Amino acid sequence: MAVLNEEQEMLRDMAREWTSKESPVTEFRKVRAGGAEEAFDRKAYATMAEMGWVGVVIPEAHGGSDFGWLSAGLVVEELGKTLTASPLVASTIAASAILLGGSDEQQAKWLPGLASGEIIGTLAVDEGSRHDPAKLETTVSGGKLSGTKAFVHEAHGADLFVVAASDGLYLVEKGEAVSLSTRKLTDQRSHAEVVFDGAAADRLAGGGDSLLDDVLDRARILTASEMLGMAQAVFDVTLDYLKQRVQFNQVLATFQALQHRMADLFGDLTMMRSAVEGGLQALDSGFGVARAATIAKAEANRVLNIVSREGVQLHGGMGMTDDYDIGLYLKRARVLEASFGGTAFLKNRFATIGGY
Amino acid sequence: MATQPQIDSHSGEEAFREEVVQFLAEHFPPELKGKGNALASVEGPDQETPAQEGWRKAVGERGWGTPTWPKEYGGGGLSRKQAAILNEEMAKVGAFNPIGGMGVMMFGPTLLEYGSEEQKLAHIPPISRGEIRWCQGYSEPNAGSDLANLQMMAEDKGDHYLVNGQKTWTSGGQWADKSFCLVRTDRSDKHKGISFLLIDMDAPGVEVRPIQMISGMSPFCETFFTDVKVPKGNLVGKEGEGWTIGKRLLQHERTNLSGGGSMARLMGASLADIAKKYVDTDADGQIADKVLRDRIADFEIRWGAFLLTARRASDESKAGGVSEISSVLKKLGTKLGQERAELMIEIMGLQGLGWEGEGFSEAELGGVRAWLFGKATTIYGGSTEIQNNIIAKRVLGMLDHQ
Ligand SMILES: Cc1cc2nc3c(=O)[nH]c(=O)nc-3n(C[C@H](O)[C@H](O)[C@H](O)COP(=O)(O)OP(=O)(O)OC[C@H]3O[C@@H](n4cnc5c(N)ncnc54)[C@H](O)[C@@H]3O)c2cc1C
Repeated sequence: MAVLNEEQEMLRDMAREWTSKESPVTEFRKVRAGGAEEAFDRKAYATMAEMGWVGVVIPEAHGGSDFGWLSAGLVVEELGKTLTASPLVASTIAASAILLGGSDEQQAKWLPGLASGEIIGTLAVDEGSRHDPAKLETTVSGGKLSGTKAFVHEAHGADLFVVAASDGLYLVEKGEAVSLSTRKLTDQRSHAEVVFDGAAADRLAGGGDSLLDDVLDRARILTASEMLGMAQAVFDVTLDYLKQRVQFNQVLATFQALQHRMADLFGDLTMMRSAVEGGLQALDSGFGVARAATIAKAEANRVLNIVSREGVQLHGGMGMTDDYDIGLYLKRARVLEASFGGTAFLKNRFATIGGY
Repeated sequence: MATQPQIDSHSGEEAFREEVVQFLAEHFPPELKGKGNALASVEGPDQETPAQEGWRKAVGERGWGTPTWPKEYGGGGLSRKQAAILNEEMAKVGAFNPIGGMGVMMFGPTLLEYGSEEQKLAHIPPISRGEIRWCQGYSEPNAGSDLANLQMMAEDKGDHYLVNGQKTWTSGGQWADKSFCLVRTDRSDKHKGISFLLIDMDAPGVEVRPIQMISGMSPFCETFFTDVKVPKGNLVGKEGEGWTIGKRLLQHERTNLSGGGSMARLMGASLADIAKKYVDTDADGQIADKVLRDRIADFEIRWGAFLLTARRASDESKAGGVSEISSVLKKLGTKLGQERAELMIEIMGLQGLGWEGEGFSEAELGGVRAWLFGKATTIYGGSTEIQNNIIAKRVLGMLDHQ
């Protein structure tokens, strides 16, 4: 665990208390049962914004707290633990794009609304089912953007899309020229194919050539933070289960074969935490972000994949039931693993960054 | 060297192959080509179409759904060689064995070994004809891996047993006609107090409650037994022999679950062919993503080695019996099946994670449910951890400190 300052500890404790009391997994189950396409509870999101959680990386001048990425990651990790459904990650990523690439005017126009939760933003990059930011066919001419984006997260609730076109990033507001087709994935959250048909687009002209990569690295690291919370929760609940389930007249936790399995997972989880926190700290320092982001998301992918599989396995038949939460983590896990870079993409990218 | 008989048996094989080809031409409805077996489907029974029904009856009449079972009980009475020919010819025309389920996979072979003449005559023919569905009443809330801890009690009431207790995770319990159960007839001995009892699912006092699974379906149940009267004639073997009989049944289950043969068919197209549809290839037709290409090759090599292992095991067990080697096959086959499903998702990206609704092909949605259901394969039939215990102790002789 990274060494936290007092501010960060308070923020984490507050997030931990709120999620466990106000947003346990039963809240996600309600959202799922409700079946609304935007798939989150607006009241809960308003409360989260009120507590300042959407504005953690937004400057105070624009209504945020400017606590930084490690702080944002702490909150997102707690949300991940209870599978809290909200567009907080998507909105934070959208805000970071505007911070990196937006003019003063664009920042003043959008950031306060994103921080207060009145506006919801999301990032729309990929055009196929696998992450591939080098392959974009979306174009802009005369200020009008056209293209099709696949599996845009939190699209149904979004007011503002940060859209990657072949020549840069643009802001597009929801409206007539933007149409959504729902894509229901295993996590039963909001995803859609979004078609932009000559939509008015406002270019994010700042941020230089690496703007898209820089924004994606933020998406990778914040997504990895959510995955860290999920992995931690699955690990904890599995450990608890093994300590109370009795077979062969002894609790399962006393079988050495299982002790070693949990010890292995604990080692993996330790690495995952270091990788994710390292990514968040790299964002705060501005140093070595691309490499740190790749390590963070690749480790998050690897470890959450194992932990979510082992979690089901070690629960036996119980783990296969919908009544039990563990399967919900498994189904969300694979969606996040594939988002902003699956494992193969990240390994290739890591080698490329390393020059081999 | 006895040349003559060899030629004879060879020409006998050819005659049999002829017979099969003719049978298939006559009875296999082309519309079922490449389709699976409705009765054996894992997540529940689909309604039989008239074509499916006709095909099941035609195969059932000959006993070819259970080709090597004895003819006097409705089986095909075929040699293993003939059964292999039957399989080959069916595969050639895209046909499949329409008769399956737990009766064929595990209960039938066990009853043939341990049942009385009367029991075999009563229960085997309907299994061979695909008319009766069986379910497995083994697990209880506190008897999973520690199966022998089962508590469901069958009390001797003179002319019948009175059964009280609960089973759980009963696959297909809500659709089954009958259940083969492990019950307790004696509380004083954990293993010797277990008996193997057949119970009608529609008997008064049997109640099923479906449980929803992570894959969305409810293919298994909690099953409650309250004062269920079971005739004494439904006891297989003697009282107290249930553990021995029940374990033999598990060996059949494991051999089937590892699925050397059946899984190969289930898996269909190679991963590489699927990958070429979802990811870019370079000028040489190679998968452009080198990491993914490596992952696929790595999997396919191990899958190839597993199929060879399954074949070797079946060649070596000439008698066609089952043994502890079933534990090795089950452990390997189920793990590889899961790995394959995970790799498919990596290949397909988010398109490979559709839950329902627009934007996904039937195959894609089916793949997702199969990926989730597949997580059960390393849990049921004795979990992988339990197989490892069996391998370590019984095959490798690594006994607990004594
Ligand atoms: C889809 C599905 C269908 C099923 N169908 C049927 C059915 O039709 N009929 C039926 O009777 N049962 C059925 N089962 C039940 C299945 O056989 C049990 O789930 C299985 O035996 C495991 O028992 P359990 O669920 O109680 O897990 P537990 O025994 O509680 O095991 C939990 C975990 O601990 C591990 N473990 C347990 N003991 C040890 C040990 N000594 N050393 C190391 N690790 C250990 C297990 O491997 C597992 O990972 C089904 C289960 C599933 C998931």
